[in-house]
Amino acid sequence: MLAATLQRALPAFTLRAELQVPAQGVTAVFGPSGSGKTLLLRALAGLDRQARGRVAFRGQCWQDDAQGRFVPTHQRALAYVFQEPSLFPQLSVRGNLEFGFVRTPAAARSVGWHQAIELLDVGPLLERAVDALSGGERQRVAIARALLASPQLLLMDEPLAALDVARRREILPCLLRLHRELSLPVIYVSHQIEEVTALAQHLVLLQEGAVLASGPTAQMLARLDLPTAQDEHAGVLIEASVVSHDADFHLARLQFAGGQIELAHGPISQGTRVRIRVQARDVSLALSAHDDTSILNRLQAVVVELGPGINPAHAMVRLDAGGTALLARITARSARQLGLAAGSRVWAQVKSAALVE
Amino acid sequence: MPATTTLYLTPDDWSAIRLSLALAGIVTLVLLVAGTPLAWWLARGRSRWRLAVAAVVTLPVVLPPTVLGFYLLLALGPDGPLGRLTQALGMGLLPFHFSGLVVASVLYSMPFVVQPIRNAFVAMGERPLEVAACLRAAPLDAFFRVALPLARPAIVAAAALGFAHTLGEFGVVLMIGGNIPGSTRVLSMQIYDHVEALEYAQAHWLAGGLLASSFLVLLALYRLERRAGVPGAGA
Repeated sequence: MLAATLQRALPAFTLRAELQVPAQGVTAVFGPSGSGKTLLLRALAGLDRQARGRVAFRGQCWQDDAQGRFVPTHQRALAYVFQEPSLFPQLSVRGNLEFGFVRTPAAARSVGWHQAIELLDVGPLLERAVDALSGGERQRVAIARALLASPQLLLMDEPLAALDVARRREILPCLLRLHRELSLPVIYVSHQIEEVTALAQHLVLLQEGAVLASGPTAQMLARLDLPTAQDEHAGVLIEASVVSHDADFHLARLQFAGGQIELAHGPISQGTRVRIRVQARDVSLALSAHDDTSILNRLQAVVVELGPGINPAHAMVRLDAGGTALLARITARSARQLGLAAGSRVWAQVKSAALVE
Repeated sequence: MPATTTLYLTPDDWSAIRLSLALAGIVTLVLLVAGTPLAWWLARGRSRWRLAVAAVVTLPVVLPPTVLGFYLLLALGPDGPLGRLTQALGMGLLPFHFSGLVVASVLYSMPFVVQPIRNAFVAMGERPLEVAACLRAAPLDAFFRVALPLARPAIVAAAALGFAHTLGEFGVVLMIGGNIPGSTRVLSMQIYDHVEALEYAQAHWLAGGLLASSFLVLLALYRLERRAGVPGAGA
């Protein structure tokens, strides 16, 4: 468990964060720019001496201003990946990777040299100079460098934000692999809902320096009263397992609590547990079942509630499909014309869905 | 031909050159050892005295050397506070000795060494040190293994500037050291004496040599700077 109560006054607002997150898996701190995400992360790391309060991680007290206790950053068992890779320019890639590694007592090493190098695929870069690397390569080196300090907690501040879409696609799988292979708790700051969905099991929503809500990602994403529902890429996460794969049409059939869904996917073995992401904008609603449509997936569902959309033209609808929550983004006029209200029975047409991992 | 004209330089000239080189070397060394922590403190200290100290360190840039030399002479003299201190410590009085020149030159050349190093520390920002702290490096460790290597181009430049500047100093040395052959008569003083005595040829050898060597030092400095890029720039 990571527990923190932190205050930090700024000209624009005051950070007043109360945080209780599990010391395992990935916890995303999500919020718009300027909501205090980075400030919170820096305070957790002890990089911001202006932040007052308490921080305790796995029973170790890192900061308690009431008792005048403050453990300096270098004595906290954490590593930090900054938004910019911030590699040491005077050192080679190897020198950067060794920096934290050699400062970690052998008995405290939880990440092996080769393990980190393979996870982030930085082996071919070892002897290169830092300024000869691309942006994506630099960030991979920075992440490997952080891992090699064998932290018990990894703090990541939008590590993909400075990269273009192609570079992100190159690093995201590395991060997923990292979380699968290392039992290392991660606090991951992001304002990209796709990243959060892909990586985090736990979600903390930050707004104007305060924690708005926190909880398991899938539950949080299905709520209409949170800003995540107002995101362009709002949507839900569904746990499912593979039933079959249609090699002719390149489709995987997946079973979840509310029914079955088919989506485009390469060969995948039966029984595989997967998470499906269904974006609200890819779900449309109908009052009756249509067979003459190109949309493959139709799920029977009941309207749970309606909420405002990203703009006045839109409405968000939360559905219950046999116990599974779905979000649909439709126009406000459609909502009126269909006479949607809590309890309405509808067919949810899912135009597309994607596997998260 | 007599030996003096084939050598071009008199033994007194050589003695002045040796003295100047020794002075510049010692002063540069002192300034690197003492000036680097001072530059660090000026760059990131949180004391309210920081700006006042920065201004004091920079004073020699704007003050006539005679002003600095005058007050140093008083302070280090038999009735000055520093003079009493050095006497109490059994060091005697520093003015009109080589050690007095060292003290005066350290103060006089300080801004030329401290400023570039301070600027490099400011330019590198907090980030490299934060990264080091997040990789288990204690503050002193981070200073030696991260900050100093990042500031290395600036430190080399500062050393060269300090050396060249001390080599060429005149006013402060004259005030505090007098003009004692073999003890405080440095290169610039020797040139002055040659000119006073209308020994222009001798003056040319020394002045020209100083001019050429100063030019070479600065040229080497700029080449170094260009090769290193902007000092302290992170990747």
